[in-house]
Amino acid sequence: MNPARALRDSGIILWRQLVQLPRIPEVLVFALIQPVMFVLLFRYVFGGAIATPGESYVNYLMPGIFAQTVAFGAVASGIGLAEDLRRGIIDRFRSLPMARSAVLVGRTVSDLVRNFAVVAVMYVVGLLVGFRPEGSIAAQVLAFLLLLLTSFAFSWIGVVIALSMKTVEAVQSAGFIWLFPLTFASSAFVPTDTMPTWLQVFADNQPFTIVVNAVRALFLDQPVGNYVWLTLAWMIGITAVMIPLATRQYRRRSA
Amino acid sequence: MPGEPSAGNAIQAEGLRKAFGKTQALDGVDLAVPRGIVYGLLGPNGAGKSTVVRILSTLLRPDSGSATVDGIDVLRDPGAVRRHIGLAGQYAAVDEYLTGRENLVMFGRLSGLRKSVARERADELLERFDLVDAADRPSKGYSGGMRRRLDLAASLASRPPILFLDEPTTGLDPRSRLGMWGIINELVGDGTTVLLTTQYLEEADRLAARIAVIDHGRVIAEGTPAQLKARVGGEALEVAVVDAADLEAARAIVAGVASDEVFVEPERRRVRAAVADGPSALGRVSAEIGAAGIATEDLGLHRPTLDEVFLALTGRPAAEEAE
Repeated sequence: MNPARALRDSGIILWRQLVQLPRIPEVLVFALIQPVMFVLLFRYVFGGAIATPGESYVNYLMPGIFAQTVAFGAVASGIGLAEDLRRGIIDRFRSLPMARSAVLVGRTVSDLVRNFAVVAVMYVVGLLVGFRPEGSIAAQVLAFLLLLLTSFAFSWIGVVIALSMKTVEAVQSAGFIWLFPLTFASSAFVPTDTMPTWLQVFADNQPFTIVVNAVRALFLDQPVGNYVWLTLAWMIGITAVMIPLATRQYRRRSA
Repeated sequence: MPGEPSAGNAIQAEGLRKAFGKTQALDGVDLAVPRGIVYGLLGPNGAGKSTVVRILSTLLRPDSGSATVDGIDVLRDPGAVRRHIGLAGQYAAVDEYLTGRENLVMFGRLSGLRKSVARERADELLERFDLVDAADRPSKGYSGGMRRRLDLAASLASRPPILFLDEPTTGLDPRSRLGMWGIINELVGDGTTVLLTTQYLEEADRLAARIAVIDHGRVIAEGTPAQLKARVGGEALEVAVVDAADLEAARAIVAGVASDEVFVEPERRRVRAAVADGPSALGRVSAEIGAAGIATEDLGLHRPTLDEVFLALTGRPAAEEAE
């Protein structure tokens, strides 16, 4: 299949996903409710008990929330694809002379658009509850780009999960289950130095913490160290592994 | 085409086998579907009909065997096959959040049509399938019949010469079913070859020029509807009398036209027998019963059902399979 055709077909699927978006308001609303709840919970319930030396807790929290929001977006990608498989629309796509990659590329790119919108709203929500980013415009734009790259990588993980499971319900459970340890055993909500050593070793080195540390440093005008480069390496690495895996499963999968 | 009977066939399959785990879904299926007709694949649930369609439409690879569609090898060049086929029914769906028109434009474009051509084609299909009024509403709100019409229209976007219809009327009300039959007949009139799977003998009888009966992953009978019915024993004539005392007289009259044994069911006051020429037998029996002054509750021709086809061909009812 030539690349021009693959691009064109992916564009058509992207169009489909974006046309759908406002017609299924639940998806967008739930995508927003969950991070807003987390913001309120951590800002006003747990936040007072968490010490973040040199930084207000809300400033510490919001970059973590942004990263968690894009990571949880992976579940939505998976569920949408699982629904398509269940309904048989994927079978129709597979019977058409279209690029094999288009269904997955179109969907993951549309998730990127949705996640961008959700993170933008969360940024405003953050400002309303006292988030005061100190980073330069350029640094904050870079932070946004890293979040989008993370969104893209995690969407592909969601796609691989969806293609490995038999039912929509299974995709829903399996989609979340690995995200809880990943996002909570990280620096997203609390500094890792209060964790027991074994957990701290995991938390400090796992990719989600690296993303959180990179975007936090960029938003708050702190030294970023290697975190930007590490984020790029991790997310590009994950994407590079997941895309061929997903494409192979898609070819084999018959609903 | 003398000398080369298979070259002209729209679909040709030899020895298709496919197992899912321990279940042998297809156990050596051969098919030869001539061009320009509706070819019926008749069988109960789980017989393997859908597996045949999924293999021929490139969704599934067989464990062994070979097939060509429009002369193209399904296994060697699935991409090319996809440019020659349409798939509708049980295993193909439309997007319920998109409108009818958006669906048709999208599937047209994904079939390779340019945007402007896809739009024109969508208008044409909406008109033809009586969906103009609903064209700009999301298909989620469509009735069952409308959704099937949209589904069929979507498979026709690129005017494929070969169409796979997997149980296109299952679950439809009788009126929508009739409408669907009309559309399928029209398509064949335009030169399309249709491979249709169905559980309904009546549907295969009404639409198909040839039928393959499939059971346990094998073709157990093949031929024109008339040939198949002849194997089953054709039509049966049935008389139900009001007074049980007339049963013997009715039996004697029916025996005069029967092509085989006459069955009497005393508790239902019914007499039944296979007949060779239904309409003329019905006329004769009706006249003689009238002359004898026998009051009847019911008098008519009974066509064999799928159950009877299966009973005749396999020695057991189709219903067993459906469980």
